[in-house]
Amino acid sequence: MTKISKVTTARSQGRFDHLAYVLRENPITMLAFVMFGLIILSAIFGPALVPYDPLETNAVKVLQPPSWDHWFGTDNVGRDVFSRVITATRLDLSISVAAVALSFVVGSVLGSIAGYWGGWLDSVLNRFFDTIMAFPLFVLAMGIVAALGNTIENIIYATAIINVPFYARLVRAEVNIRRDAGFVRAAKLVGNSNIRVLALHIFPNALPPMMVQVSLNLGWAILNAAGLSFIGLGVRPPTPEWGIMVAEGANFIVSGEWWMAVFPGLWLMIAVFTFNLLGDGLRDIVDPRKRT
Amino acid sequence: MLSVKDLAVSFKTRLGDVNAVRGISFDLAKGEILGIVGESGSGKSVTSYALMRILDAGGSITAGHATYSGLDLRRAAERDMRDIRGREISMIFQNPRAALNPIRKVGYQIEDVLRQHARATRYDAQTKAIEALKAVRINEPEARYNAYPFELSGGMCQRIVCAIALACDPRLLIADEPTTGLDITSQKAVMDLVRDLIRQRNMSSILITHDLALAAQYCNRIVVMKGGLIVEQGDPVQIFTRPEHSYTRKLVDATPRKGESIRSLLPPENRQAAPNHVIHDTVLLDVRNLVKTYQGKSGPVQAVKNISFQVRKGQSVGLVGESGCGKSTTSEILVRLMDATSGEILFDGQDIAQIPSQGFAKNRLRSEIQMVFQDATDSLNPRYTSRHTIAEPLKQLDKLRGQELAARVEELASLVGLPFSLLDRFPHQLSGGQKARVSIARAVALEPRFLILDEPTAALDVSIQAVVLNLLVDLRAKLGISYLFVSHDLHVVRLLCDHVIVMKDGQIVEQGPVSTVMNTPKADYTKSLLAAAPQPPTRRQSV
Amino acid sequence: MAALKYPRLRAVSLRVAQSVPVVIGVVIISFILTRALPGDPAVYFAGAAADEASIQEIRVSLGLDKPLIQQFFIYVGDLLHGDLGQSISSGQPVVKDLANRLPASLELTLTALILSCGIAIPLGVLAATRPGSWIDHMCRVLVTAGVSLPTFFTGIILIYMFYYLLGIAPPPIGRLDFIYLDPDRVTGFYLIDAALMPDWDTWRGAAKQLVLPAITLALFTLAPIARMTRAAMLTALSSDFIRTARAAGLSNRKILYGYAFRNALLPIITTLGMVFSFALGANVLVEKVFAWPGIGSYAVEALVVSDYAAVQGFVLAMALLFVALNLAIDLLYTVIDPRIGFAAK
Repeated sequence: MTKISKVTTARSQGRFDHLAYVLRENPITMLAFVMFGLIILSAIFGPALVPYDPLETNAVKVLQPPSWDHWFGTDNVGRDVFSRVITATRLDLSISVAAVALSFVVGSVLGSIAGYWGGWLDSVLNRFFDTIMAFPLFVLAMGIVAALGNTIENIIYATAIINVPFYARLVRAEVNIRRDAGFVRAAKLVGNSNIRVLALHIFPNALPPMMVQVSLNLGWAILNAAGLSFIGLGVRPPTPEWGIMVAEGANFIVSGEWWMAVFPGLWLMIAVFTFNLLGDGLRDIVDPRKRT
Repeated sequence: MLSVKDLAVSFKTRLGDVNAVRGISFDLAKGEILGIVGESGSGKSVTSYALMRILDAGGSITAGHATYSGLDLRRAAERDMRDIRGREISMIFQNPRAALNPIRKVGYQIEDVLRQHARATRYDAQTKAIEALKAVRINEPEARYNAYPFELSGGMCQRIVCAIALACDPRLLIADEPTTGLDITSQKAVMDLVRDLIRQRNMSSILITHDLALAAQYCNRIVVMKGGLIVEQGDPVQIFTRPEHSYTRKLVDATPRKGESIRSLLPPENRQAAPNHVIHDTVLLDVRNLVKTYQGKSGPVQAVKNISFQVRKGQSVGLVGESGCGKSTTSEILVRLMDATSGEILFDGQDIAQIPSQGFAKNRLRSEIQMVFQDATDSLNPRYTSRHTIAEPLKQLDKLRGQELAARVEELASLVGLPFSLLDRFPHQLSGGQKARVSIARAVALEPRFLILDEPTAALDVSIQAVVLNLLVDLRAKLGISYLFVSHDLHVVRLLCDHVIVMKDGQIVEQGPVSTVMNTPKADYTKSLLAAAPQPPTRRQSV
Repeated sequence: MAALKYPRLRAVSLRVAQSVPVVIGVVIISFILTRALPGDPAVYFAGAAADEASIQEIRVSLGLDKPLIQQFFIYVGDLLHGDLGQSISSGQPVVKDLANRLPASLELTLTALILSCGIAIPLGVLAATRPGSWIDHMCRVLVTAGVSLPTFFTGIILIYMFYYLLGIAPPPIGRLDFIYLDPDRVTGFYLIDAALMPDWDTWRGAAKQLVLPAITLALFTLAPIARMTRAAMLTALSSDFIRTARAAGLSNRKILYGYAFRNALLPIITTLGMVFSFALGANVLVEKVFAWPGIGSYAVEALVVSDYAAVQGFVLAMALLFVALNLAIDLLYTVIDPRIGFAAK
């Protein structure tokens, strides 16, 4: 509505300066980054640092509530829940990162093509995406994993496939908006071929809004993988994974042994929550307009 | 009727308090049309929003008084203000189509206002709404009553907005930049309508605009604002012939009008002699029978219908017309971003229309024909610094690298008057004028022989426009470029160009030397265009 | 403005026509899924306990000895006859099983959607009209937390809290406790059927069982609806036409509901379609946790016993249901937005 003109003083900012600025300005982003760091660390170093072997059973210490020995208690075959929860981080994270990376790359390429060149290619791709999106996502993942086989790779492929239309649509819309922008026409005037214009001018500008989607997606992919293993698809016992652990724990929660299900579920929630918070922060870092 | 004294408005923002208006005083008599003129950031719009008390959250009147017919506008209760809005004081805004509810019939929108202020009941609301439409001289008011905004043209939408504003017979109408973005002829139609309605109903009005000439034509008195303060008040003739404040003088100088030269747009201390540019006899660009047809929603649309013209080496040709006349399409085709349907474009004898636009980026002629776009903000990649933007053509087409590249970029920066410290800034850190300079530097980096300028100053403040236009004049003398200057502003074209082409509906209506066409126009359309442009009082008109 | 009818009609028919290739694509993908099984599909469809004769029977009926294209047409032919194959575990045609269990899922999903819309939309509107207030912050926290919640986990936690710890919720054993008889089947929706009889005891019993699963599912759908409502209202409220309405002195209520909310409704409705898709997926998880006898748990049970015909039938049925729903939403949109058929914006 009303315009207030602000006189902006410019400081030539390097990348790290800008990163530090974003973190300072928004404490929530800072929190998200710290939590993200912790999660990454537990994924990388966790399995080496946990007190107990996540697969080691112990018939004596079955179903013990949380104590100083076992921070998260033990499960129905005596395994230490804490070790399993931390170890599971690596698996859940790898699945979601792999799936999201795959769908990001494929979706971006397809979406850019559809958004930039349009025409019949756009129509065909659109029908294709409509078809995939016609399946309720979880249902399609179930169908794919059921058909292709119950392995972790298939979970990754299934999650990636059902994610592609989201990215493709998003990229297509962002490319479409910018296709006729002044700077794109100018880029052609200075001798850039269509591919260069798309790759060097349009796509980098489409990145900031995509960053939010990427991190939301990471969270969602983790939920998806956990959900699939909850119903028995994908990861199989005794591999520690948050979804299976909640499923196993569900049987015992009605009789009061809550720690088996609650801790993995809580960790799952925290991881997804972190990624969701991260989204806005990532966008601010990538967008040069946020630089003062 | 309206009395404003020491009014101050400020906004709370994340970066602290912004004082948009810092103590202004003026009065408005009954039946008077007052113009508030200023450039962006002057606080002119904020003043009117404050009077109506429709400031954004975070904005408030921090000092002073505003009294309307005895009512203290600053301290009145919200309920009383709501009663006044639309009934006593009304407002119309720029961008009329966006100002209307897109999913509600326009007739209903008028009814809403009538019923809110108890000027109509459920039963007679429709009749009264149609009467309101008749009052703003819309044809077929009964049919228009049921229309949605997207079905109406921009001019019609502005009339609807007026109908809504005047439905309850207010005493004061505030018009906030009502003609920005409209064509010259639409602008005249809207302003004439508003003036007639105001006179008819013996209303008062405040016209807020950045166009000093427009204000001079339609207002009884003018108030000039800068940086939240009033620098001068007076009647139009006095403002134009005997401006007292230096800022007013600067604005008056910068307003392009008949009889002045391009250098006179600048403040007196900056007026060095205007360089002469040489016009050769050789024809650089020869456009023959250019046609562009494309597929619209309901059949083929002929955007350009067989036009022919020539541009000589060193010549500046103006291309004038209103929106939809085909001038933008023509520019796109000439610069080879779009293909023509048929016709020849002979550049230095070679028909470049034959070279498909898809592949032109790699052609050796790419560096010879360049363009400066209308909206500098839109035409700069938000992720590129100015240096990167200017360097790109040099890297891509001239294959310059390293030291050579850096040196050339700095050479171009000084050529366009861009301080070196701004080279590492991003577009959002630059002002409008600075962005325009970067855009021009990029366009002339490869020393093209032909430069198309598509309304390059349309988005700029008048004083910045003066500077940029003079820069263009200097550049063409130094580099010998031929210009095709596309514009809707006839006065600017008169100052800058040697030759002018007038287009309407895809055809050339008239073309010839600037002085001939502007002083003795032959076509009716040209005559109406010239008549529609606001004519401010010239220095010779001093009483 | 009679001419309005024709572009609208054109837009509507275009939209319906757009569904056709999608349906074809869905059928093709379903077909591929049924044939993508490693090894001999006939063995899968016949079941683990089948003997050689019945496997051969299945092989012939599926046409597995014929070329793939012909198999596809046999598949489509079967579909058009309503034949989705035979379920190994129930022995019934899959279509019959699905039809039996669909109302349970629909009752759960619709209740949850109504519940979450009832909370999320007002919350989003309030958050948008009072930016920076505690409602706004609460809304944002809710939204971010809401999309992080694993549905199966929240269900389990709710059971733990309200059934085990507090004892106010019934045990999670399905739609109706053993002490009640199923109401006479009219629609399949227990709440409606019990009210029609009228048997208020059974009605209360069914409602009690419905509460926790509906809340679990509602929590999941709350977040995206609230987020979109808030965003759409914010956009609408900062539009130019709202400024015109304020300058004309229209009352706050008129501006908020008549002008802003109606415009915001358009993107909200579009979101509802997407939310329904997520809900159909989350349904599967909620049904497992609460032992709800809907098509979601049917599919999960079928997965466990490798009842492939049932699983594939489920996938296809859900997809077609979803396409129909999206079509309905888009048509609804066409009715509400007068701009459809003209300049797309």
